[in-house]
Formats: sequence, C-alpha cells, structure tokens
Amino acid sequence: MFRLPMVPRVLKQLFNKPATNPFPARHLPKSITRFLEKVAAGKAELVLPLEVPEGFRGKIGYNPEGCTACSLCARVCPANAIEVNREEKTVTVYAGHCIQCGQCTEVCPKNNLFMTKEFLTATTDRYSEEMVLT
Amino acid sequence: MKESVVSAKKPIKTVIGPIHPALKEPIKFIFEIDGEKVIKVDLAPGHNHRGLEWMATRRNAVQTLYVSERICGICSISHSIAYCRAIEQAADIEVPVRADYLRTIFAEMERIHSHLLWAGVAALELGFDTLFYKAWEVREDLMDLLEYLTGNRVNYGVLQIGGVRRDITPDQHARINKSLLNYTILFDELYDMFLEDTVLRMRCRDTGVLTPEDALKLCTVGPVIRASGIATDVRQDFPYCAYGDLDIKAITPEALAGEVHGDVFDRIIVRLLEVKQSIEIIQQSMKKMPIGPLTNFPKLMVLLNHIKQAEGEGIGRHEAPRGEVFHYIRLAANQESPLVWKVKASTYSNAMSWVKMLEGEQIADIPIIVASVDPCISCTDRVAMVDKGRTSIFTQDDLRRLSRKKTERIRQGLK
Repeated sequence: MFRLPMVPRVLKQLFNKPATNPFPARHLPKSITRFLEKVAAGKAELVLPLEVPEGFRGKIGYNPEGCTACSLCARVCPANAIEVNREEKTVTVYAGHCIQCGQCTEVCPKNNLFMTKEFLTATTDRYSEEMVLT
Repeated sequence: MKESVVSAKKPIKTVIGPIHPALKEPIKFIFEIDGEKVIKVDLAPGHNHRGLEWMATRRNAVQTLYVSERICGICSISHSIAYCRAIEQAADIEVPVRADYLRTIFAEMERIHSHLLWAGVAALELGFDTLFYKAWEVREDLMDLLEYLTGNRVNYGVLQIGGVRRDITPDQHARINKSLLNYTILFDELYDMFLEDTVLRMRCRDTGVLTPEDALKLCTVGPVIRASGIATDVRQDFPYCAYGDLDIKAITPEALAGEVHGDVFDRIIVRLLEVKQSIEIIQQSMKKMPIGPLTNFPKLMVLLNHIKQAEGEGIGRHEAPRGEVFHYIRLAANQESPLVWKVKASTYSNAMSWVKMLEGEQIADIPIIVASVDPCISCTDRVAMVDKGRTSIFTQDDLRRLSRKKTERIRQGLK
C-alpha cells in the first residue's frame, strides 16, 4: 500500500504559527544598524529574544571589590582567559576568550566572578572595553 | 561544454572533498565510477586535526575536562563521561550513586537529541526537506530542556571528575516529565513519518548494505553494527554509571521488522527505537535516583591535588549516540597534566564500513549512505603528518613503527 503520512501534516502546518521566534523583527530588515536606529527613534518595534532559564551561563561578569587575586580561577580556566597579576593584585578577564564553562565562578572563594544572562556579545573587537573585564 | 565519451570498460575517477558543499566536514572521497555505479571507494581523512590531546598535556585535569567536552559538539557529554571515568580509574576516585544516575540521565538526553539531529540530516540528504524541518523542530524541545537543566544548549559543562556539577532539583521534575511525555507522543508521530512512508522506504531499503560479517570484521560500533543485527552495546555488555541497575537491551532491527537487512532503513529503525529506549531510561532513572551528595570532592583544589599525587592509568568507555568512545589516560606522580591522553571517537571505527557500503551503489545514494553512519570527521582526526620530504602515504608497517616509537618515548618519560 502506498502511504505518504507527511502530506496531511504539511497541510496542517500551513495554518500553524512558525515555531521560530522572529528575532529581531518579523521580516529580516535590509540593514540591521538602520533598523536599530529606527527602534531607538521609536519608529519600529524590536522582537525580543526568548528568556533564558535560571542558571544560564552567559557572558562572564567580574566584580573587583574584595578580590584578593588568589589566582584559583586562573588555575582552573580551560581557555586561559583569566590573567592574574599577584604583585599588583589585579585580575583581568578576557570575555572574548572565555568559553563560559562557569568553572571559575564555582571555585572563587569570594564570589567575585559570576555568570550573567547576557548572550548577545558578538563584536568585531574581542579586546574592546566591554569584552575585557578588570 | 565539451562532450566526453565514456568507454564502458574504463571507470572514471572522481574526487569529492576535502572541502565540498555536499560534505559538512572535511574528508576526501575517491570514487571510481562506471556510469551511475560506484565501483571502488577510497577515503582520506586527516584534514581537521586540532591537537586536542597535545593541549591536554599542557593543562591540568579539570581544564582538560572542558577540552574533552569540545572534541565533539554533539557527543559532548559522552566524551566527558569517558574522560572522567578514565581519570577516576587512574586516580582511584569514587563517584556517588546520585552522580552516576545524573550522568546517565544527561547522557540519554544527549542521545535523544543526537539521534533526532541525525534523523533530520538523513531526511535532508534524501531530499525530504519537510521531514528535516519536522525532526529539528521536535529536537528543539530537548535542547531547551538541556539548557534549563545545565545552563547551555551544547557543551553542557555539567560533569566534574568525581561527580557532577549540577543537580536535578524536585521542582525541575515537572518540566522534565512534561518534556518526556511530549516525546512519548511525538515518537509515534516520528515513527509514522519515517517508517510508514512508502517513498522513504523504497529509497532506503537495501541501499548501503553492511553484512554482519563485514560489520564484525571492520569493528564497527554503535547503531551501525546494531543495524547489521549484532546486539552489542557498551551499556548492556559492560554496564557503567547507573546502567547496571536499569533494564537495557541492545536494539536490533529484528525487534521491529523481524528481519535484518543491514541497510540504511535498518539504521533509521535502530536510531528511532533508541530514542524511545532513552526516554524509558530517563524515566526509570528519575524514579530510582537516590538522594545523596553530587561529588566526593566538593573542593576543587583538593581534587586537583589528589590527581596530582596519583599515578597510574585508566580507561573510560561510553556508548555515545554514534557508538563507543574510548579514552585512555596515563597519570604521572607530581605532575598536574596527564602524561598521555588518547581518544578514540566512534567514527574512527565506522569510517571503513563506508567502503563496503558504497561499493556497487548508485551515485545518487552516496549522500544518504555516507550520512547513515552519522559521521563526525573532526572527532576522528587524531594525527597530522607535517614532516616535509616524506612519502605522503603511510603503510600499516610505517604507522606501526611510528606508534611503537611513540610508546617507547612515553615509557621513557615515565621513568
């Protein structure tokens, strides 16, 4: 017997809403920068990305207050994205190198390192100000 | 265009790859083609060596765990389970029971999403784009679940040597049960779409046949050997993690059709039935999972010091979605990084089965036969030859001599 079980499903699908979230707009704008300018001016509406769940490992965050530069984080970082200067007691975190495993946030005794929920971090310069945390 | 006259006796040699739009990863195929028929197949991997094993010798055990996760994007839990088990054996580390169950649950979730990804890719290679979109839409729910439980869609970072990093809390059970129930319903739908479709059946039945004898001779692993009718599965044969407590039986196509062809269609059957099996395994584990600690080493520095002092070797095996993965670790005393780390990914064993499968098949069937193995080329590449002025083809004797030389070098390093 000849069967095509996909056909009724395809016909049904025609009347369904798309499963994808239409980010950043329902139809892809010709220029994203111009579209964002329009959004800033209030002329267009931005479709927000979906909410990330609790415990999501996004871009790394660093709070220098109370940091003792103990260098435990640098010891476990698989990407060698954390640089510790023990003499000056400073820590530099290169978010562009970070692989977001979250291991340093667990090992930090003072909880100075944490994972944020930020994930739209695409940039042309991985050493820009927002990608190097001090 | 120049018209070329093909002589009936002389086959044409066609090279596809290493970089080709039809291939997702770099591998070179050399086909000898007569008309529409493939006469002879040769393949040359080795275009995507990343030096991961070398990287491990410059990192400590915890750092290497995240390197092991990145061997394969899809089997990321599988490689880290095998790596952790190897280290745990070498350094004599005990894993709590709850951690074993959690590892099992995450590994089975990965299997579901990997098999659904494969189902989509297979449909794409068949030119059945509707089914491709459907399979990937279905997969998305599990990716969301994994993100909810582990914090990331791929490279979950949930394992740790000696245990796991994240627990499944009671308030997360509702979300998991909802997803599993959803998949139980969806499974019937997928089953209908893949196995009851006449066109798909006509296309895949008796294409790319691998006989049980060849499957054994070539040491194939995973769904490929099971589709040829041989019931081997590391989870069943050498239980580890929580698999010993659970009811697991290797799936062969006999379970459904009552006969074994060893063709592409049988590989679809095996993978689809394994999705169902994985759902059942997760449900069983959720019920049986005891309450207890997640790891015996809550302090990471204690763990690192323990591994630093340990000396010995360990092996870790895991039944990844694509077949068995195997990790070998050698630890030396007073050294943070492992002395040797050897990884065997599943495609390494399955690659040579392409030769047997493709011979005598039509050109149009090449994509689906190649995809039916579920290849992962970059996981396979462990060697890069960079010496200039040497022959580019290494025979078995050459490779044996080189590997003996390396073993000798490692032995000397041990003293």
